[in-house]
Amino acid sequence: MNTTNPEVQSHILPKEWTMILRPKRSLLDVNLHELWQYRDLIMLFVKRDFVSKFKQTILGPLWFIIQPLLTTIMFTIIFGNIAGISTDGIPKMLFYMSGIVGWTYFSTCLNDTSQTFIKNASIFGKVYFPRLALPISVVISNLVSFAIQFIFLCCFLAYFMVKGSDVSPNILVLWIPYLVLLMAGLGLGFGIIISSLTTKYRDLTHLVTFGVTLWMYATPIIYPLSQIPEKYQFLVLANPMTPVTETFRTALLGVGTINYLHLLYSTGFTIVMLAIGIVIFNKVEKTFMDTV
Amino acid sequence: MSNVVIKLENVSKQYRLGTVGTGTLSHDLNRFLAKVRGKEDPTMKVGVSNRLDTVDGRYVWALKDVNLEICDGEVLGIVGKNGAGKSTLLKLMSRVTSPSSGEIKIKGRIASLLEVGTGFHPELTGKENIYLNGAILGMTKKEISSKFDEIVDFSGIKKYVDTPVKRYSSGMYVRLAFAVAAHLEPEILIVDEVLAVGDAEFQKKAIGKMQSVSRSGRTVLFVSHNLTAVEQLCTKGVLMQNGMLKMEGKVHDITSAYKQMSVDENELRRSGTRVMEFLDYTMADMNGKKTDEVFLGDNFLVSANFKAVERMDYCDMTLDIRNDSNEFVGHITNTDDRFEIREIARGDTRGISVMVKNICFSPGTYYISLWLGNSYGTFDYIENCIRFTIKQGDTFIHRPVPFDKRAKTVLQSSWSFK
Repeated sequence: MNTTNPEVQSHILPKEWTMILRPKRSLLDVNLHELWQYRDLIMLFVKRDFVSKFKQTILGPLWFIIQPLLTTIMFTIIFGNIAGISTDGIPKMLFYMSGIVGWTYFSTCLNDTSQTFIKNASIFGKVYFPRLALPISVVISNLVSFAIQFIFLCCFLAYFMVKGSDVSPNILVLWIPYLVLLMAGLGLGFGIIISSLTTKYRDLTHLVTFGVTLWMYATPIIYPLSQIPEKYQFLVLANPMTPVTETFRTALLGVGTINYLHLLYSTGFTIVMLAIGIVIFNKVEKTFMDTV
Repeated sequence: MSNVVIKLENVSKQYRLGTVGTGTLSHDLNRFLAKVRGKEDPTMKVGVSNRLDTVDGRYVWALKDVNLEICDGEVLGIVGKNGAGKSTLLKLMSRVTSPSSGEIKIKGRIASLLEVGTGFHPELTGKENIYLNGAILGMTKKEISSKFDEIVDFSGIKKYVDTPVKRYSSGMYVRLAFAVAAHLEPEILIVDEVLAVGDAEFQKKAIGKMQSVSRSGRTVLFVSHNLTAVEQLCTKGVLMQNGMLKMEGKVHDITSAYKQMSVDENELRRSGTRVMEFLDYTMADMNGKKTDEVFLGDNFLVSANFKAVERMDYCDMTLDIRNDSNEFVGHITNTDDRFEIREIARGDTRGISVMVKNICFSPGTYYISLWLGNSYGTFDYIENCIRFTIKQGDTFIHRPVPFDKRAKTVLQSSWSFK
């Protein structure tokens, strides 16, 4: 130790190695503590996403409302009026919108996180921070837009209730935060698995946008679960998003049933996907700069 | 006993050639099918070649068995030619990618500056970008807030902090980005070539900042092709070649070894009809001892042997002297001294010795080119074949401070009161 310069002692060095970089890391060596240390960064990413999305737009955050509104109107015309699919007696606009708002959150989470590695290759190549910070920040910033859309949905709901429609939000709304958590976890889990695989196979990026759209039709968004013949219901129920959507709608509109077993299935599915996702992501993040 | 803060043990990094980034599933399928049928990989790049050791032609070692210990408070300069593995080394230490084998042990917080302005978002204002960039580099929001004013002052863009950075000039952008990075306070700072940007004044400021960082006892790793900056900043140096550590030691030894390496490795540029040609050449001091260092005002000898392939009536020999910016600063020829080279028989060899007197160029590195020819043309011309250094000393001029290098020539003078 250089003792001639008093300033040298101005910082204290740890006695032990703080970090050992090795070629192979065990699969389960996920450093969540480090992720927590970077929480400021996550929040700043959220802010960046939010601010940059609406810079130089005239309508700004109003776009959050316009998107689901237009989709709802379109669905009402096509599926409600032209195709005449039943909505279990719920006002059509309300039925579709309650499905769309939840689904939009899930699908944007999935779509956005699935691009993590490719979109951020230039940052990842220059500086280290826990890579998971990015997909997590995406999920959180989408939460902001979900909140706005959810409030809009509530206004819509209030309007219909005043008009005397037979809808009644009930005690099940307490489940909504949990449902949001499930959607976030599921979107994040799928998203980071895909983003890990896209470092090698770019084909998947095309598949994702397309696949998510198809997935929507396999989820009771434009039709109620009750309209599916008993024989085929298990197919729709195999979709982990089905119980989430159904519960969400039941809680807000008071029509339909809540099946805790199905919800448990979704929870299990989410946990497994998330775990697989984190493990794969963790493995890929170390070397993806060499393959991307 | 110094405290080792970074320790590299047999670190290697292997890259795949050509096969990387085929991108699509169909390419992988094609490759698999080709392999099954025993054909050549269709996605292999054609004519991939690399100077480095290749393993069955497909892999390349960007780093091979690097062992290095860096102590607390050291400012280490890493030099080497392009592709020597400098940047790979920094990338491994800054955790952008991980080693193929070996271990890197690190003590303390590490921050790397492989680029300025990483993660800057054009739509965000200067202020927002300071926070974002600071957080990306590893600072917490609190740390950034406490240094915010300092950062803005250092960057000199106070008026524009609330303007989106896309409206900034490129200079302002770089200054802001460097200001953020300069206020990081990690135990270990890794810097790669970032000084290549910005104007001269800013570069000076940047070097000054890095010097003060190192004075506060932090460890700095610095990669640059700018040897002057390396010499100014670093105490220790490492020379890399073909993915291996070639030399480790005092920074001046390393930079001069690197310069020597570039002279050795650059194939000598030689031209002429070769009806006469140089066989060898040396530079020596007045005692005839080989040297490549002289003091201001010294005399020295340049000797050359040449051979006449054809009979030659007469010829001339000249010495061109260039400085390290390749400026032509001196010219010497045999007729200056009324010396004649005549009547050389076919196959004859001659040795010539030239004494250069009172060398008075500004201290630095110089190169001599040798020319042999006559009015009919050039017989043999070897560019920059002798490299030598002029040192200031105290015999020619007595000034106590280093000579200002902007001046090309040193003139002797006598002073008196009138």
